[in-house]
Amino acid sequence: MNRKQTVTLAVMVALAVMPPLFVWTGNAFYLDLATRLVILAIAAVSLNLLLGYGGMASFGHAAFIGIGAYAVGIPAYHNTYGEFELIASYNGFFQVFLAVAITALFALITGVICLRTKGVYFIMITMAFAQMVFYLFVSLDVYGGDDGLVIDTRSEFPLINLDNPLHLYFLSFASLTAVMLIVRTITRSQFGKVLQGAMGNEERMIALGYNTFAYKLTAYVISGAMCGYAGALLGNFTTFISPEMMGWTRSGELMFMVILGGAGSTIGPIVGSGLFVLVEELFSSYTIYWHLPFGIMLILVVLLFRGGLLGLISGNSKSGGH
Amino acid sequence: MDFTLLFIQTINGLQLGLLLFLVASGLTLVFGILDFVNLAHGSIYMFGAFICASLTFFLGNFLWAVLIALPIVAIIGYLIERTIVQSLYARNHLDHVLGTFGLILVLDTLAHLIWGPAGIAVPLPQWLNGRVEIFEGVVIPTFRLLIIATGSGVALGLLWLVNYTRLGMLIRAGASNRTMVSALGIDIQLLFGLVFALGATLAGLAGMLIAPITEASIGMGGEIIITAFVVIIIGGIGSIKGAFIAAIIVGLIDTLGRSFLDTLFKLVMSIEAAESSAPAISAMLIYILMAAILAFKPQGLFPPKVR
Repeated sequence: MNRKQTVTLAVMVALAVMPPLFVWTGNAFYLDLATRLVILAIAAVSLNLLLGYGGMASFGHAAFIGIGAYAVGIPAYHNTYGEFELIASYNGFFQVFLAVAITALFALITGVICLRTKGVYFIMITMAFAQMVFYLFVSLDVYGGDDGLVIDTRSEFPLINLDNPLHLYFLSFASLTAVMLIVRTITRSQFGKVLQGAMGNEERMIALGYNTFAYKLTAYVISGAMCGYAGALLGNFTTFISPEMMGWTRSGELMFMVILGGAGSTIGPIVGSGLFVLVEELFSSYTIYWHLPFGIMLILVVLLFRGGLLGLISGNSKSGGH
Repeated sequence: MDFTLLFIQTINGLQLGLLLFLVASGLTLVFGILDFVNLAHGSIYMFGAFICASLTFFLGNFLWAVLIALPIVAIIGYLIERTIVQSLYARNHLDHVLGTFGLILVLDTLAHLIWGPAGIAVPLPQWLNGRVEIFEGVVIPTFRLLIIATGSGVALGLLWLVNYTRLGMLIRAGASNRTMVSALGIDIQLLFGLVFALGATLAGLAGMLIAPITEASIGMGGEIIITAFVVIIIGGIGSIKGAFIAAIIVGLIDTLGRSFLDTLFKLVMSIEAAESSAPAISAMLIYILMAAILAFKPQGLFPPKVR
């Protein structure tokens, strides 16, 4: 086993074992932290499929999270307060289906336009679409507008009860594992090779007869749908959703998690989102000015750690975690 | 339709467009010449507003405050370029976005530390605080006219600087072939520092001009930077002319959309539907415009000719 595989195994075992320990030792707060970490990691893994394997720097992924969360909140709202019988439901399968289907459709429509552009234009047009969704929900007064929407009843599934924090955690953890395996399978398949080939040299792949646009669009839709799924989990976790969760700074944070851990690797985004969540929690517990050391840390990461933390780990021993 | 309101809102849209141009021109200069994406440009705009607010209270005069704040902002811009930005030139655009994202957190928190969490209102001198009646029934605040005059003046000055001066020639040369310019013995480091400082000064000036209307506040940078990016993407990155035209279009569409879209919608749909959909659409209007333009012209209205 090389260092990367060791890290992957260690991280996944820790994520499987630690949270129950938190509960049994009466540290429920840490379970909350772990749940948030794992859900954001799902979003980061989905973004990594684009960023790390397709060279598509989406600056609008927070919109998918937001749409996914509202796909849980809106049916639950109507089931509680009436109207829109068609979508009113607490059924978890229906809500998750809605989250995945709508984000996939949104990704398909916006992807066709976004993927016509490259480089910084792509960064900005994905951001523009996310801003449209942001303002759409800001102006939807029915669902609270700016003030957001409280989810009174979490998604209902057979056998598992999301009101139990440990159930919610293990659903999220299992989902993370599944999403990792999906991305791993994709990147090792013929499809993934073409995608990575297009990232390296798109003209060459086109000359070889591949329709790179279709490959990139497919990856964009898959990534968007997975991110929408993460959003559905996040809605169930926070039970409060607002347009704020899809602001452009949120998309920036997601990008940072991927880069921080190391784009283009299976475990990188998880290490990145883990470190991001933990450092944020640590700094913010000391001072209300925690954005200052946090920002300096982000700048240093960009300046010094090319290839992210994982590049550091697979190169030499672990450091820089403070 | 109410033509007085239409006229006033057109003036307001023009004023917003010119302010946007001040921010976007610096952004597009830095982007076009230094090939650097600066998300933290909005934070410099915010610093301009705060510094001007403090100086106004200290000196008791808004105009003097602006004159002294401008070189301060220029120096801040130069220092940021020397310390952080120049190490990022060799990197890709994604690293620029992430690095300056960190810089936003740093600058915004510094402003929070120095000036506190609440916004600061900036008082105007008596002679600027009045209103002017342009013609029968149309009254415009004097200060808005000053913003329009300043914005137009700076726009003309910038076009002159870029097209007719030696510095402008170097700037244009640097934009098309950086290596060649430095091979000809031009101090490219100094040139880049100056361009960045110039961009910072323009953004700072915009912040100072808006502060008496909205007050200086922490979140103001994040609000304008995205709109400014929309402007330079629509205009074509690196083009001053493109930034100017796009800024005016965006300013007008945003302002007019917010006040007249529901009236337009009422012509084609029920009053209820119009009143509920118009605010949403008008907030999205400039992003819809940008997406539409990029769908047909993936490099904006005036794409860069080189690179």
